[in-house]
Amino acid sequence: MIMAKPKPIQEIINVIKGFDKVLLAGCNGCVAVCEAGGLKEVEILASALRMYFANQNQTIQIDEVSLTRQCDKEYLAEIKEMVPNYGAILSIACGAGVQFMAEMYSEKPVFPGVNTNFIGVTLEKGVWSERCAACGECILASTGGICPVARCSKRMLNGPCGGSSNGKCEVSKETDCGWHLIYERLKTLGQLQRFSVPNDPKDWTTSRDGGPRKIIKEVSQA
Amino acid sequence: MPCTGRVAIIHLMKALEKGADGVFVAGCLEGDCHYQAGNLRARKRVAYVQELLKSIGMEPERVAMYNLSAGQGPRFAEICREMTERVRQLGPNPTRKNGERKEKAA
Repeated sequence: MIMAKPKPIQEIINVIKGFDKVLLAGCNGCVAVCEAGGLKEVEILASALRMYFANQNQTIQIDEVSLTRQCDKEYLAEIKEMVPNYGAILSIACGAGVQFMAEMYSEKPVFPGVNTNFIGVTLEKGVWSERCAACGECILASTGGICPVARCSKRMLNGPCGGSSNGKCEVSKETDCGWHLIYERLKTLGQLQRFSVPNDPKDWTTSRDGGPRKIIKEVSQA
Repeated sequence: MPCTGRVAIIHLMKALEKGADGVFVAGCLEGDCHYQAGNLRARKRVAYVQELLKSIGMEPERVAMYNLSAGQGPRFAEICREMTERVRQLGPNPTRKNGERKEKAA
């Protein structure tokens, strides 16, 4: 799932303060799960912004809407009638949602209200952690189900490096060494011989190095 | 409500947006929650709203969390007086213009 964090409210205020009417649009997909951009967050942010502008004696109307997803045209189309009434849209979906909103309503300025961070999991209520870097060529089969691209700070394909100490990464004492985790997992699986066969160099063209990516599944096409 | 664990951030925000000068949440004594952690959750949410108020230039003291049992009537009265005095010192909620309560917060 895609994880995001709310932007500082002052940053949001600075981009919308010149508009009379702003539509604050949430997304009930991934960003609702990580409590950054769902229905509840729309209500709280809209309330805080309305209070801020009221206290500044500025009359900015901030209305709320929360879509099932902002990464599908069908759901974005639900606000087609509303959009012309607003000077700008503040989207608290992930970066994909914000961009699709801006593509669909290209005549309106669309601003992001969150910073999109990573593809990850819910460790516990209120704690989310990165697991996947969307490199486009999964190697989890050879690394005990733990991804070195996402979980090693250096994205090393053969580790650990000299910065690993007592299972922690040199980047931070809070960060597990991805390769230490891989070692422990492979030991549990009885596959430590895997370390005698280095991983081949990775073809990064399937990742961001190959430019923006697209997937086409012909059988699903209209 | 039967437990402060049901107090959501938006409840505190709406009270202020509609013009309340201050809001306090009165939860059970810590360690005495019938639902284990309802009052501890409420405390976190009050702290969250205080930070949010700071970020929009409002006094965080306008919201507060207190803990007391249903048998502590005199303590409840004391808390009410304390909160009233604090809010009086802060003055009216600036969101409410000219001392009028907003009919409707969108």
